Amino acid sequence: MYAVGNSLMPSWDRIHGLPSYRRMIARKIRAVAVLTVFFLAYYFALPLLVGYWPELMARKVWGYVNWAYLFAFSQFLMAWAVAFAYMRHADRCDRMSEGILAEAEEAGAA
Amino acid sequence: MFLAFIAATLGITYWAAGRSTGASAFFAAGRRITGWQNGLAISGDYMSAASFLGIAGLIAFYGYDGFMYSVGFLVAYLTVLLIVAEPLRNTGKFTMADVLAFRLRERPVRAWAALSTLTVSTFYMIAQMVGAGALVSLLLADSGIGYTTAVTGVGILMIVYVVFGGMLATTWVQIVKAVLLMGGTILLSILVLAHFGFDLGALFDATGQVTVQEGGSEVTRDFMTPGMYYRPPHGALDLISLSMALIFGTAGLPHILIRFYTVPDGRSARISVFWAMLLIGSFYIMTTFLGFGAAAIVGPTTISANGGTNMSAPLLAQALAGDVFFAFISAVAFATILAVVAGLTISASASFAHDFYSNVLHHGREKEPGEEVRVARWTAFVVGAVSILIAIGLGPDANVAFLVGLAFAVAASANLPVIVLSLYWKRFTTRGAVWGLAAGLLSSVGLILVSPSFMGIDGPEVAESARRMIQAQALYPLRNPGIVSIPLGFLAAYLGSILSREPAAEEKYVELTVRANTGLGAEKAI
Repeated sequence: MYAVGNSLMPSWDRIHGLPSYRRMIARKIRAVAVLTVFFLAYYFALPLLVGYWPELMARKVWGYVNWAYLFAFSQFLMAWAVAFAYMRHADRCDRMSEGILAEAEEAGAA
Repeated sequence: MFLAFIAATLGITYWAAGRSTGASAFFAAGRRITGWQNGLAISGDYMSAASFLGIAGLIAFYGYDGFMYSVGFLVAYLTVLLIVAEPLRNTGKFTMADVLAFRLRERPVRAWAALSTLTVSTFYMIAQMVGAGALVSLLLADSGIGYTTAVTGVGILMIVYVVFGGMLATTWVQIVKAVLLMGGTILLSILVLAHFGFDLGALFDATGQVTVQEGGSEVTRDFMTPGMYYRPPHGALDLISLSMALIFGTAGLPHILIRFYTVPDGRSARISVFWAMLLIGSFYIMTTFLGFGAAAIVGPTTISANGGTNMSAPLLAQALAGDVFFAFISAVAFATILAVVAGLTISASASFAHDFYSNVLHHGREKEPGEEVRVARWTAFVVGAVSILIAIGLGPDANVAFLVGLAFAVAASANLPVIVLSLYWKRFTTRGAVWGLAAGLLSSVGLILVSPSFMGIDGPEVAESARRMIQAQALYPLRNPGIVSIPLGFLAAYLGSILSREPAAEEKYVELTVRANTGLGAEKAI
């Protein structure tokens, strides 16, 4: 037990064992894994396509604007979108985590 | 203009000096910087002269391939946001090594982490200092301020900020700089667009038909087409290698990571990355306007004749709005360099004082209160003095651009693997961390030494001071070591771990994950 201020902090193992904590971690890992795999795949597609299929990527779409430029530009939008999705998810996890800490404290006091 | 910036930042330092007593105040600004302020500071810490001058220059000379850097510099923040920022804030105190030392044996991991931090910071810093000196001697060529004076001036200012003002002064210098840099870039972009009658199509059309000198004759090139810098036979692999170093390196840059200790909690750490991404993203989108604009309006030939790639943005400003704007953009570039070197100095001195001096040499006990901060102040002074001397020794023509790439490569190959594994792998051990740090550090530095940045045969037209150090065929064909050294870092960390057992580290994993995910027991703001 660690004393913080005047209240006793619940033990790490107890929190770790709470079903609500398990649920939050599972959700978190799933979301982070999905987003990470997605952004890495989207990002590395750019050097792969530009590096190995330069003729395809140099094809012009509008004036001198080609696929390579459009795809590179879309990376910026992708990064912002993924960041936004993560922020929303993380806020939900934070609310769950507040509940978990309150629950652990009650269990510890009882 | 420039003097005003110096006066303002010294004022900030004076104000911060009164508030920088105690370790948390000195190293982490009391952890009271708000999310959006820290977002600005991260941008100010990150968008170096290499970005503003270097990337604009690369785009102006190599078109599309330069833009690939811009993309990587932004997307890299997703690695920071999703994987590193919050757990780091919730489990560490002052440095990157705190996270490793949480479960592992302190002395070996801190010693190696400090070495890696000092390596990254020094490489990065020398690149910035040489850049600053060269820039100032070009800009102020008429006023008699030479390269040596300029480097010394930058060095002394950065020492003053860090030694007296600590993290609080550094943070505000970075915030002021970020605002100036964004302002300057927006203005310059608007001028470029105005030049083309606010018709994006016209800008792209001009970029598609840039006249360049090649072998004595004029040819028209399409700067929107990939492949002007990363050419066959190894261009594609080199591009992938670069992309890996960028996207995994940012989350291992010590001077960026320690910024997350300056905010009150994990949530603010997250918010600061989000703000930083908005700013950094908009900035790098605008680098296209700057780079393509410089290529189309000024032209690579004229830029080469007036100081080379790094002068693209200032020359563009001069071409569009005359000498006053040229001076303004130059001052912004200078402020940019100052803010970045201050951030590097504080991360180097925090790591030396907190990791090496306090924990490796003195087992985590301070002989007298305030010792750690005093050591950090001395370190900042020494680091500053040494970088001034190295930068003067190298001289303004030294080819230092590869040092920035090397800093990213070391961060990606040595720091990132051990940070990720210590946060997400229960079986990770001290031996794994030491092997990972050592393998990543040595392989990335070693590969650079035998790469075309160091080895190669220069023709007789290359000036003496700009010649490569080893005049022989490069052993490693790529400019970027990441594609080899990053997997090596991970592999060594993995092998070191499975070849040893550390029950103490496994037991503490539960505590680490609960702390990282709930913020319980994290360092509080003061």
